[in-house]
Amino acid sequence: MMIGCPAAHAVQPDEVMADRAKEARARDLSRELRCMVCQNQSIDDSDAPLARDLRLLVRERIAGGDSDSQVIDFLVARYGEFVLLKPRFTLHTLLLWLLPPLALIGGGLTLWFYSRRRSKAGSATDPSHLTEEEEARLERLLAAETPDKQT
Amino acid sequence: MIAEAGHYALVLALGLALIQSTVPLLGARWGDHALMNVARSSALAQLLFVAASFALLTMLHVMSDFSVVNVFENSHSMKPLLYKITGVWGNHEGSMLLWVFILALFGGLVAAFGNNLPLSLRAHVLAVQGWIASAFYLFILLTSNPFLRIASPPIEGRDLNPVLQDIGLAVHPPMLYLGYVGFSISFSFAVAALIEGRIDAAWARWVRPWTLMAWIFLTLGIAMGSYWAYYELGWGGWWFWDPVENASLMPWLAGTALLHSAVVMEKRNALKVWTILLSILTFSLSLLGTFLVRSGVLTSVHAFANDPARGVFILLILCLFIGGSLSLYAWRASALKQGGLFAPISREGALVLNNLFLVSACATVFIGTLYPLALEVLTGDKISVGAPFFNLTFGPLFVPLMFAMPFGPLLAWKRGDLLGAAQRLTAAGIVALVAIAVVWAWTYGGSTFAPLAIGLAVFVIAGALCDLAERAGLFRTALPVALRRARGLPRATWGTAFAHAGVGVALIGIVCETTWNTEYIGSMMPSDVAKVAGYQLRLDDVTQRQGPNFREMIAQFTVSLDGEKLRVMTPSKRSFTTREASTTEAALLTRGASQLYVSLGETSAGAIAVRIYHKPLVLLIWWGPVLMAFGGLLSLSDRRLRVGAPKPAKAARALQPAE
Repeated sequence: MMIGCPAAHAVQPDEVMADRAKEARARDLSRELRCMVCQNQSIDDSDAPLARDLRLLVRERIAGGDSDSQVIDFLVARYGEFVLLKPRFTLHTLLLWLLPPLALIGGGLTLWFYSRRRSKAGSATDPSHLTEEEEARLERLLAAETPDKQT
Repeated sequence: MIAEAGHYALVLALGLALIQSTVPLLGARWGDHALMNVARSSALAQLLFVAASFALLTMLHVMSDFSVVNVFENSHSMKPLLYKITGVWGNHEGSMLLWVFILALFGGLVAAFGNNLPLSLRAHVLAVQGWIASAFYLFILLTSNPFLRIASPPIEGRDLNPVLQDIGLAVHPPMLYLGYVGFSISFSFAVAALIEGRIDAAWARWVRPWTLMAWIFLTLGIAMGSYWAYYELGWGGWWFWDPVENASLMPWLAGTALLHSAVVMEKRNALKVWTILLSILTFSLSLLGTFLVRSGVLTSVHAFANDPARGVFILLILCLFIGGSLSLYAWRASALKQGGLFAPISREGALVLNNLFLVSACATVFIGTLYPLALEVLTGDKISVGAPFFNLTFGPLFVPLMFAMPFGPLLAWKRGDLLGAAQRLTAAGIVALVAIAVVWAWTYGGSTFAPLAIGLAVFVIAGALCDLAERAGLFRTALPVALRRARGLPRATWGTAFAHAGVGVALIGIVCETTWNTEYIGSMMPSDVAKVAGYQLRLDDVTQRQGPNFREMIAQFTVSLDGEKLRVMTPSKRSFTTREASTTEAALLTRGASQLYVSLGETSAGAIAVRIYHKPLVLLIWWGPVLMAFGGLLSLSDRRLRVGAPKPAKAARALQPAE
């Protein structure tokens, strides 16, 4: 929320590329790249001098005809994985990427097994069938409710 | 003298907290009512002393007593009074004092209004509150004492961080802390239930209002923080997936899950063990948030200090409480009896599904926030996990959740009828499809994803309305009858509808802002005109002004739409001399729920860098959470919640007026 770098104005007018399509690509790429001296800010948001250098570098590479992935590869080769705000899927980010789906699937499976086990164990007390005792209690409750309903 | 009195009051509060955390437990052990009642008086006395301590620190700040380190480092004699007061919690020591003050406040509320609680439960709850309070009093007194003096007092203070000199600081941290710390009550109830080895629907009935209250404050606190960042940081972003934001989002997600599972527990006496676990997890995540923000593990404006001793101390508290409560859970949870069977397709089933998705989303935020830290510690590799990761993983978890949301309230308890619910949602489905078609046609050739997302949001909102209409019997009975029935619906039902609709409203805002945001970045000279989304903004002139503790450069823009003059906008840049820092004060022009946003950049050779955004329906992003909080408030005011414990059937009926 409040970030270490001073008040940010990010992209400066003199950086903007003439070619609109290329500028849009540069902006999209900038959002995925981290300003390494800031706290969790992309170079698109940051006002730090380093972020400006990186923005210019990205635009330089794009102007030079690099594809998006070439630009990314170039920056990773130069600055390491740290520059990517969305880490690549590699061995050491395996857990990071797999945990969200695993949490969902694991949780879902647990629930499924659990409900099956419970419905087996509780088939005698199937929720749709009431025991005699429950029926009697229901009768009493309904009888007590009726005067209210009529008012 | 004032500082010493404040310090002394804090030490006394610690003493009282220690009494509160031990004596009532012994009382409960021995069945001694007098000892159990000590919990009540000590909680109230503790509140009194910590409130005095807090008031005295505020006094020091207001009086600009620079012989106190905390005041010297964070205040300035020329600072406006409001910021002198809010500056009390605009720093590490003061914010921790606010934290314990709110903790004591909640403890005091339980003590004062918990008369209908069983005596031993109240004793246990307050004792657990006492443990938390003691730990944090020790933390403050040993590592972050706000009352320390300077031997040779300086004449002037160092001023508060300029970014924090805003009305936002008056609202955001107290709200957030009311939320964070409010969850300590459900935590204490959970631990008390585990200690007593007894838990029933009445327990859930007592816990739910507290959880709801904390949740309302946390919702508003997060929304407020987001809006503050939006207008203060100067580039119109409102959520950055910053670790500090995530630290507040995690308890919110877990707390939302808790809110829903507590309903199941209250109504159907099921999911007990799970509700207890969620109570523990929610507060643990609040503690984790405090640790992340306060320890200096993450450096940002929030982490006012980077003192490793503090980090280690909070980590210790964290391990003690999270580890302790989870061990207690592992040991005692099996003793709690499970109850309330239900079929997978039922209201309970829907709420379980809600919990599954919310907890998965929470786990995603958790791993994304902590993975880089863990990886660096374990392997030394540095990676970043930022917005693109969260957008990619968090979104897919929320889409099915939102799709299922309208179905939940329409399903019956125990065994529901999915087909029937779907039939009753036909109208909402049709409205959603129409919305998709209209948006798609209107923005033809644009994003394909956005109309679908808006359709989903409309489905959620319309679904909430369908639920209300269904319950009131609208279109099935005469209108006056339906209206009377609608008025007679429990407030909790209205609350649910508002809260669910709020989620849809927020989604519309998010989609519109991210998809159809227009921006203009350029250098402007006086009398230049910029055109953004049909608006013309003419830069009239740039002036300088002297504020109380800053110098300000103000640019004046005249905004017109189709040649008609609308308003003058005056964005500015402030430079604060004491801290040699500057802030941007963006100017906002609100039209309906859309905003025009102007902020200034650097000046060079008479020209000024200007960023202008048109953000369509952006305000819905915050109206959504406000609606959710309002829904929560309605639910909180429901008579059935205030009654506290369930009364015997006869007594309850006797209370109803005979018509």
